[in-house]
Amino acid sequence: MAQQVFAYIIHKDGVADDTALELIAAAGKLDSDAWVTAVVAGAGSELDSVCNEVASSFAEVWKIDNPALAYVTAEVLRPLLVSILPKHGIVLVPHDHFGMDLSPGLSIKLDAAYLPDAVDFEGIDNGKLKAVREEYTGQVSTHVISDISQGAVITVRPGSFKADERKSGDGQVIDKTAQALESGLPVGGCRFLEIIEAQVGEVDITKSDILVSVGRGIEDQDNMEMIFELAEAMGGDVSCSRPIVDAKWLEKSRQVGTSGQTVKPKVYVALGISGAFQHVGGLKGSPFVIAINKNSRAPIFQVADVGIVGNMLDFIPELTKRINELKSA
Amino acid sequence: MEILVCVKRVPDPSENEIEVNKDGTNIDRDDLVYSVNEWDNYAVEEAIRIRDKVGGSVTVVSVGDKEAEEVVRREMAMGADKGILISDDAFEGSDGKGIAFILTAQVEKGNYDLILTGAQADDGAAQVGGMLAAMLDWPFASLVNFIEVVDDEKIKVGREIAGGNQEMYEMDLPCVLSIQTGINEPRYVSIRGIRKVASLEIPVHTAGDLGISPESVGEAGAKTKCLNYFVPELGDGARILEGSTDEIIDNLIELLRAKGGIK
Repeated sequence: MAQQVFAYIIHKDGVADDTALELIAAAGKLDSDAWVTAVVAGAGSELDSVCNEVASSFAEVWKIDNPALAYVTAEVLRPLLVSILPKHGIVLVPHDHFGMDLSPGLSIKLDAAYLPDAVDFEGIDNGKLKAVREEYTGQVSTHVISDISQGAVITVRPGSFKADERKSGDGQVIDKTAQALESGLPVGGCRFLEIIEAQVGEVDITKSDILVSVGRGIEDQDNMEMIFELAEAMGGDVSCSRPIVDAKWLEKSRQVGTSGQTVKPKVYVALGISGAFQHVGGLKGSPFVIAINKNSRAPIFQVADVGIVGNMLDFIPELTKRINELKSA
Repeated sequence: MEILVCVKRVPDPSENEIEVNKDGTNIDRDDLVYSVNEWDNYAVEEAIRIRDKVGGSVTVVSVGDKEAEEVVRREMAMGADKGILISDDAFEGSDGKGIAFILTAQVEKGNYDLILTGAQADDGAAQVGGMLAAMLDWPFASLVNFIEVVDDEKIKVGREIAGGNQEMYEMDLPCVLSIQTGINEPRYVSIRGIRKVASLEIPVHTAGDLGISPESVGEAGAKTKCLNYFVPELGDGARILEGSTDEIIDNLIELLRAKGGIK
């Protein structure tokens, strides 16, 4: 029996997120006969343009249109989805900051199985889905079996399925607003106030051709100086992964990743960075990546072109010295 | 304010290389160094700071085996007032929903205003906080990187979203928040702090104590189960440079020059 799959569409400024087409691919991998419905929530003309955009790719588009959804928050949306989603359906949501807010609670309210951060699907057998996840920030993978016979909420890691660009859908847009709001707008003990925009830093790493990026492997704040010296020798800028910002050793504007900056350098040197998908997600434009990490199993080696297994501290001062010698020669 | 913080004992990512065991049923757990999940440690620190500002108490709870007691004690040494270990053979093999169900039973025995979890743990699922909130019908926010107490009934909360931006919310108490790293700088645990809590009795709550029937938790109640562990095919992966440090640096410099990595 073909699965009924719902894909939650994240959008901004009237344009669907890249994950929209990835979810079609994910649904197809889940079940090649799946009937895939896009679910889009928002308000007014921006919502309509997203619905029209995705209609050409999905079998059907459900929209929920209300001024209260001009900025969609998980706490307002969740009860509305519970009102319209059929029992036993499969719901796919991108595993990003919105999906992580919405989905665990949604699975409880739908009394459905929850499968977080799936990176691949390997078939359904007798109501049981076999999927691939990662643990320990990608150091090991697992096969999980999820009983989806009574419905499931599955979050899908952004970037793990290749977007389905075929536009092979011919979806009608169906207005589900009335059904979604049957019990009125949720009163909500969680009221959205505002967005505080990221602060502009002293260096705009999104414009750098050469980035020397540092992670947890730096061990000590005193070692930061050698990173700046290497970057200066190379003619690049210093960026970092999350733990360095958490430790307040560098400002947030230097953080590469989905919760930081998206960069597109020509050369990216990842020093003591494990390469969690949130970090790698901020690296675009196929740079030449050199990684140095003590842990041979670090996921950064899967995206790097060249790797060195070892302690970065053993290489950096000498590398800097040699580059400086080369330049003064 | 009465605050409950849920913590998990996990292999310390900075101390271990994670390998799959021989038959692929689990990671190789011999010789692993364990600690409190990093996100949870930020959550405990935040709870302590809130308590120090507005009064009340901080309780740390962990669902796990007897060894989970050590992380509860560690967080008490940091400054949490009370610790609880929830432990029962029936809980073995619980999925995220099972853990949330167990914690719900614990929450309902107390009188908490605020529940904090880490945003995620070693399995990267990021699920328990949101499930717990849904089971309790309390408001929830994930990836929280700012908390300010407004009054006895409300708090102001910031969530980390894409691109370094932050979503701000006003939330009613009681509520559940999952905490992102970087919200604060967790204090170190002093030797004195550890000595102070070394002999404290940490109560252990079982399924029976919490009125949980065994079939709703553990492996029996789990809809999502781990089948096996494996090392992913590396694909092309990186070309690993080998040789002496000098040879590797020669190699690196050549590559950097070729690829425009030296200006």
